[in-house]
Amino acid sequence: MSIDALPLTQDRTRELLAAIARVAVPILLALAVGGAILLILGKNPLTYYGYVVQRGLLSWGGFQETMTRMAPLLLIAAGLIVAFRAGIWNLGGDGQYLLAAVVTAALAPALIETLPRGLTLLICMIASVAVAAAWSLIPALLKARYGINEIITSLMMSFLGTSFANVLVKLFFRDPATTVPQTRSLEVVDRLPRIFGTNVHSGILIALAVVILVHLMMTRTAFGLRLQIVGANPAAAVHAGLKVGWLTVATFALSAGLIGLAGSVEILGVWGTVRADWNPAYGLLVVPLVFLARFNGIAVIGFALFFSVLMIGGESASRRIGVPQDFVLMLVGLLLVFLALVEYLDHLRRKRAGV
Amino acid sequence: MKMDSLPSPLQSGEMIDTQTMSTAISTGAGGNPAPVAAVRHIGKRFPGVVANDDISLDFNAGEIHVLLGENGAGKSTLIGILAGMQQPDAGDILIDGAKVRLGSPRESLDHGIGTVFQHVLLVPSLTVIENLMLGGSWWQKLARSAALARFRELSDLLGVTLDADALVGKLSLGEQQQVEIMRALWRGEKILILDEPTSMLTPQGVKDLGEVMRRLRSKGVALILITHKLAEAYELGDRISVLRLGRSVGAIAPDERRVMTEQQVTDRVIAMMFGAATPTDAAAAELLVGRAEGRRARREVDRSGAPRLRVTQIATAADRGACPLHDVTFDLWPGEVLGVAGIDGNGQKHLAEALAGQRKITSGTVCLDGADITAAAVPVRRQAGIRYVTDERLGEGTVGAFSVATNLLLKEIGSAPFWRRGMTDWTRIHDHAREKIQDHDIRTPSEKTPIGKLSGGNIQKVLLARELANDAGVVIFNKPTYGLDLQNTRLAHERIVESAGHGLGTIVISTDLDELLEVSDRIGVMYQGRLVGIVENGPEVELAIGKLMTGQVSS
Repeated sequence: MSIDALPLTQDRTRELLAAIARVAVPILLALAVGGAILLILGKNPLTYYGYVVQRGLLSWGGFQETMTRMAPLLLIAAGLIVAFRAGIWNLGGDGQYLLAAVVTAALAPALIETLPRGLTLLICMIASVAVAAAWSLIPALLKARYGINEIITSLMMSFLGTSFANVLVKLFFRDPATTVPQTRSLEVVDRLPRIFGTNVHSGILIALAVVILVHLMMTRTAFGLRLQIVGANPAAAVHAGLKVGWLTVATFALSAGLIGLAGSVEILGVWGTVRADWNPAYGLLVVPLVFLARFNGIAVIGFALFFSVLMIGGESASRRIGVPQDFVLMLVGLLLVFLALVEYLDHLRRKRAGV
Repeated sequence: MKMDSLPSPLQSGEMIDTQTMSTAISTGAGGNPAPVAAVRHIGKRFPGVVANDDISLDFNAGEIHVLLGENGAGKSTLIGILAGMQQPDAGDILIDGAKVRLGSPRESLDHGIGTVFQHVLLVPSLTVIENLMLGGSWWQKLARSAALARFRELSDLLGVTLDADALVGKLSLGEQQQVEIMRALWRGEKILILDEPTSMLTPQGVKDLGEVMRRLRSKGVALILITHKLAEAYELGDRISVLRLGRSVGAIAPDERRVMTEQQVTDRVIAMMFGAATPTDAAAAELLVGRAEGRRARREVDRSGAPRLRVTQIATAADRGACPLHDVTFDLWPGEVLGVAGIDGNGQKHLAEALAGQRKITSGTVCLDGADITAAAVPVRRQAGIRYVTDERLGEGTVGAFSVATNLLLKEIGSAPFWRRGMTDWTRIHDHAREKIQDHDIRTPSEKTPIGKLSGGNIQKVLLARELANDAGVVIFNKPTYGLDLQNTRLAHERIVESAGHGLGTIVISTDLDELLEVSDRIGVMYQGRLVGIVENGPEVELAIGKLMTGQVSS
């Protein structure tokens, strides 16, 4: 509870150091163990990490790719923060993301023929948000009405959503002019405008604005506080007379809507089309990132940057040094393990301190 | 809940069987030279607190050793150390004269030290014998026949008859506690620690527990009893030790105890607990145990006007085993305190929630000052002046991880002046909190401290500050003093009486009959979801209430 639970002044420095350690230690451990594995494979870990940083952060082209990648990650993170802070575990991100992407890819090329570019982009985003939000209604209503665990239902709906998105691409929105099943393409000139002549599309600006707005909503508004009460103690929410059912549905819709926006922005900014069987699976990738940031909308920006550098730099570094592309995923996995471990140790420390 | 027999008359003095008592004492506490267990110079610190400071106590076989003290006196810490849950920073624990280290609850149990905590820690969906076998090693097969043999042995020892195959969830709280005692003694019956064991029990359950304790004493078990109730300490205790601010401040040895009257014991204990050196202190201490003033003088409640709250034949739907309401009807006048007695689980919770607006009323009506509010939700009722001080202070009353300031406004979220057009004004919220903290003497390091870190008494002060603010008209208190120490209990009682004095209609739901007798004008009794009778408070009402509580025909 970032706004709420600051400890006494004399403990503040200690707590701040502990907070930094909680983040830095798992990352360093993951990098160290990842490095050890590289050594076993006969590769120089320093070279690998050097390539990662070089490509992901220091080269101009790579940095632009990193910025581009950050946009969907941040939007998904914003969606997850809303849900997680309200104690609602929306794990259906992939389905919501893909359905939104397909809706955008189907609408955009059709609309651009009659409508101006700005309006086309806006309508696509709104429609995608609405479809993703609607897709979350089933788990939301099941939870609000019958108390059915949303982890299961949202995950199931995610499988259905990804499959349904494929069906849509292959059966309804397929571009007859291509051999590989995919939707019609939105021309590059009609996509989201680039920033100052770079290759980075303006989706990153949308994402940054959204994540900051979400953070302010959670910490500075009555609505955000209500959501947090539902998340922290549902019984207290009932006791205080909050409409828990309505808040649950609203949270789900907001969360899925933001994840849908991520899908829409990615299509409007980068791809212009959805291919059958395309699934970047960002939804579950962002979950640990949001936990690392402790559901803090500002902190998550830094972690999204870190992840993006790792992903973009890692692709290139793997190719150059000759390890599989999935090595990055392994680093993420290690990060998760150490994150959990450090969290546990921190829990013990607090307990021993009698807090 | 099962209640086979009538509770004995509820006056505490009669709970004691003087004959068994005197014989037990003469056999039991006959001056054992070597204590079966002892602590020597125990010290334990937490950041900012000295929980235990140089405590030395002896625990003898066949003796009930009562530990008394206010909240924060260090009783829980000492018990935690003996139960192996905490390690002392200084001092030694001796078992049969030898130093031991109790590094875990397991080691503690292996030394024959068993602890029964205040709240039942059994698995309700398992049977009695399954619960008892839970402590076995994971690589071993469950040895049912051996367990049954041990179960019968302990049944004999305790003098109780329990069905080994009964589901624990179906047992009464008293019976569940017997299972807990068996589990505590499962691996050896040297020492039994009971942490406020009577707080959840019916009068009959209290009586049964007293029997079990005396029986164990006569079999040579060393018992340690933690309690807030001086009457219990007198009735059951052979040796009484008083802790205060982490130190052991005095004790009454068995030889002394035997020749003292209840009055003398109480006076000595009060002097030790509150350090009553001066007469004014002594008077304050008398007040704390509610003895000096006797029963509060009844106010005259004017029932000629219209009632403030009129509840007519309300019912609720069953929900997860909690007892629903049937056909509950009563009126509440301004300035009146209506006590609601009854054994826990007879619909009191539903009554409170239905009145507060948290629970749907399926039939019947609730009228406040003549206006029908049956369908109104919590915020509307709060606006209309209905307030609910819940018994689940951390469970639903507050959000433990949130600040005191936020919790003080938990039911006002979104309203002016703290929120404007949905935006939070944290400065105002914190200013408001500092004011309330000052006014209600809430002891907290700061208004930003998470409320979960405060003591029960201070959390209750936050709830009272929140619920009694701004034009309260009807206040429902659910177990207002549950888990509080004497000081905070007295404060809560004062607030109840004071608010009724200001013309509020007040409902006090409690399982503590003494409490209801002290604050109520009328006392209603809940039995199986019905309000089976309302009696005027006065002398000799205990028997009538006791009958109503157990479902005998209303008087």
